[in-house]
Amino acid sequence: MADRQTRRRDEGYGRLYRGSREGQWSWVLHRVTGVVVILFLFAHVLDTAVVGWGPAAYDRVVSIYKNPVVQFLEWILVAAVLYHAFNGVRIMIVDFWPRAARRHRELSYGTIGVFVAVMIWVSIVMLPRVFR
Amino acid sequence: MAVDTEPSSEQSGHRADSLGTPLPRGVAGRARPARGGEFWWWLFMRVSGIVLLFLAVGHVLIMHLGGSGVERVNFGFVATRWQSPLWRTWDWLLLSLAILHGINGLRVITLDYVRRPGVRLTINGFFTIVGLVLFALGTIVVVTFDPSKWPGVIK
Repeated sequence: MADRQTRRRDEGYGRLYRGSREGQWSWVLHRVTGVVVILFLFAHVLDTAVVGWGPAAYDRVVSIYKNPVVQFLEWILVAAVLYHAFNGVRIMIVDFWPRAARRHRELSYGTIGVFVAVMIWVSIVMLPRVFR
Repeated sequence: MAVDTEPSSEQSGHRADSLGTPLPRGVAGRARPARGGEFWWWLFMRVSGIVLLFLAVGHVLIMHLGGSGVERVNFGFVATRWQSPLWRTWDWLLLSLAILHGINGLRVITLDYVRRPGVRLTINGFFTIVGLVLFALGTIVVVTFDPSKWPGVIK
């Protein structure tokens, strides 16, 4: 056990990526939001598939999404999709135009700025549905 | 130079990526895969990412933000929407690319956190099967859905 932990530390497992402060956080958020979205997608394919069983079955299943608690989770889901999308654009800019890496800090804050601005609009649209 | 997206495999003295290409000192993360399957997956994540930027963000705008959002979604809404081949194609492409992009994303994550190859293979095999089953189910539903079985639902 102790031997395994030593080996882990020596080979760098468990302290992954370690870029700049901004790079590290965007990397963590990209992974977390990606996992959130794929796990939701698994459920979403199943609930949509119920449409093949007709109106009674489908309308009963989608009524879950009209619950205020679930609508709050939906707001988190939209935030996850949008962050992953905007940060993905930033990653592609740096990947395909390496000179952009010199301005990675500005790009990171720009990404967060765009995300926050869009989320203010998203919140104005979505959150009143939760608290209605 | 994948400075931002790939994990570190830092070792004392020298560093190399999974294909053995030496990495310059001071560069965090793993080098971009230059060839082989990993290169094609690397490229696929970017290409599908660009397409998903439009498909997934468009889906969110239409289904979650437009109108009264999910409040208006019911059987009649889906039946009316899927009368158009455009939306059936959109939804099928979104399904296919999102599953591939997501399952490969999970695989890349297991490369970092699951060390034992057997455990990793089991986890990735499980997600691959889940992805295939959901892709098959979604494809069958989006292709075979026929609202005329329930007359009167389309407004």
